[in-house]
Amino acid sequence: MIPLEHVIGLSAILFTIGVVGVVTRRNLIVILMSIELMLNAVNLAFVGFNRLWPEGAGGSAYDGQVFVLMVITVAAAEVAVGLGIVISMFRNRDSVNIEDVSLLRW
Amino acid sequence: MTLPLFLFYLFAVLAVLSALAMVANVRNTVAAAMSLVITMVALAVIYVLLEAHLVAAIQIMVYGGAIVVLFLFVVMLLNLRSDDFPPGRQRLTKAAGALLGVFALAGFLRGYGALPPAPPLPEGFGGYRAVGLALYTDYVLLVEMASLLLTAAIVGALILAKRKIS
Repeated sequence: MIPLEHVIGLSAILFTIGVVGVVTRRNLIVILMSIELMLNAVNLAFVGFNRLWPEGAGGSAYDGQVFVLMVITVAAAEVAVGLGIVISMFRNRDSVNIEDVSLLRW
Repeated sequence: MTLPLFLFYLFAVLAVLSALAMVANVRNTVAAAMSLVITMVALAVIYVLLEAHLVAAIQIMVYGGAIVVLFLFVVMLLNLRSDDFPPGRQRLTKAAGALLGVFALAGFLRGYGALPPAPPLPEGFGGYRAVGLALYTDYVLLVEMASLLLTAAIVGALILAKRKIS
């Protein structure tokens, strides 16, 4: 039996790595990948908690897993739009370095 | 140590290592994307160990198959083999990022109490039939909203990729 604390711990570690990637990297594509990593960490927590409480509270027994499927959907949509933005930025600035786009920076 | 536990630790370590490799790899964006694939597949194995079989299959199909391929496609389209950006305020940013990460991890692990042991599961838990039934009975509205979201994302991505901002 897998101890659920370790699953949640792994999820926290992966999320932290994702946060560090978003904050430290300046390549927009790698930042998007780090966001994907964070979403995956959250998915892992959802699946772990669904394993822990499979009877469900009011809803069905698969609340956590259905949420994971929705998160995957949102991630796919987000990647499509994000990479569209990357391509558009590369066309206009000839770069994917986020320091080159500071239009909205205060 | 039983086999599932051993597999869990093996793939957990693999996931963390490849995630670190993805974030730390500043030379080659393609290699970073491949590290992301390894993380996704390792997580899919962990989903199987947690009795979420449908989710594991979709994880491999959508993340490993579609999303990362889309990343690779864009990386190669833009010809971004290396991203050695000249160092600016990089050291400060890195220190701040690492500090933030450590704080986030500490915050997570503070609520790291003893969870109850996982209960035994009925036959077929997390399989295609069970999760599919849940999706199309209890969550049918959510599925419809997801389809709307995907349509909006397709239209948005098309418009974004076509337009030339002067």
